[in-house]
Amino acid sequence: MLPTPSTSHVCFDRVYEPAEDSFLLLDTISSFSEAAFLHDRFRQTTPELEPCSTSPLVLEVGVGSGVVLAFVAANAKTIFGRDDVLALGTDINSFACQAASQTVQNAIHNPSESVFLDIVNGDLACAIRPYLVDVFIFNPPYVPAKLPDYSRHDNYNTILAGQKSTSFEQDSYLLELSYAGGIDGMEVTNRMLEQIPHILNPLRGVAYLLLCAQNKPEVVKQRIKDWGPGWMAETVGISGSKAGWEKLQIVRIWKATLS
Amino acid sequence: MKLLTLNFLTCAIKTCKTSPSSFPLHPQDSELEIVEADINVLFLRNMLPRLMWNELRLIVNELGLPSLPETAPDASSLLETKLQVPEGDTTGLNIEKIEVPSQVAKDLHRVLLETCIREGKLVCGNCGHEYKVMEGVANFLLPGHLV
Repeated sequence: MLPTPSTSHVCFDRVYEPAEDSFLLLDTISSFSEAAFLHDRFRQTTPELEPCSTSPLVLEVGVGSGVVLAFVAANAKTIFGRDDVLALGTDINSFACQAASQTVQNAIHNPSESVFLDIVNGDLACAIRPYLVDVFIFNPPYVPAKLPDYSRHDNYNTILAGQKSTSFEQDSYLLELSYAGGIDGMEVTNRMLEQIPHILNPLRGVAYLLLCAQNKPEVVKQRIKDWGPGWMAETVGISGSKAGWEKLQIVRIWKATLS
Repeated sequence: MKLLTLNFLTCAIKTCKTSPSSFPLHPQDSELEIVEADINVLFLRNMLPRLMWNELRLIVNELGLPSLPETAPDASSLLETKLQVPEGDTTGLNIEKIEVPSQVAKDLHRVLLETCIREGKLVCGNCGHEYKVMEGVANFLLPGHLV
């Protein structure tokens, strides 16, 4: 078992606390079969024979506490078979950006482990240059619940002038951002899916997306396969297969090389 | 935020993405800080091929930092050989060769990973939109009408 990064410094009143979904991502990405897939995809060639492959860029959208990105960065050698991985994150919640930044920094103990870039405050991957992401991770707001009223965002994304801390309404709004996914819990994920083919590296890019049963994962997977020749979507991790209503799965999205 | 991060960012406005002038974003009114970090030469070597050198040079000039060479350093220039006496050897006769990060590598590391924008803004060369950087975090959220 690889260690779970510490998030004890994070205020969970306004930043999503690591839960079953986060842990399913950790377990799946570090599983024997996924590590084997990723080792193969990001294999480093020996410099003597041919130029080495470039450092992989890992992007997590909606980092929350940062536990997933920190885990991937700190355990890059085990997961990818190489420790020259770049970790970049985004979150719509500025408090999550600050918290996650610290989580990732704390988790990388060894200078040769990975390189942490930054956590950027933004909407999904809107500010990321196209076709550069090698590993994409998204634990979306997947609960079928009314989307929050984004018109409040500017005011609620910061500590208001004259205030010492966030208000209760503010905290509720910020947490809503982390779970409320609109119709079928898919409204935010659908916007993200539109961006994925344009941010992933066409040759070696791979995305990990978390879905719950209410998101109709089979429909989502078929839609991804319909993006065009070579696009693949496969369930590579599941949890909550008992009676829980929140049955979760991780879908791996990638483009197979067409020969 | 680290200068290397700018290598991966562009304007968040959809219509800017197809315009070459939306990259790099131009730092303005920046307050810089140096955050020391351990050097990883393997990383630098494997990062070089995906580094947009001309754009990095431009940003470095805009920030008023010492100019970078016209062309990106060669991977082989990141390490240099140093002679040293092994620890515990009192005779001084068993000099060994070790590879250490070169000045080129140290300079590159300083620019990419230790030079951080603490406060300031990033400006799109296409639409002129300004993204604020506060406490080291860049804010790419757009007002509702721009999405």
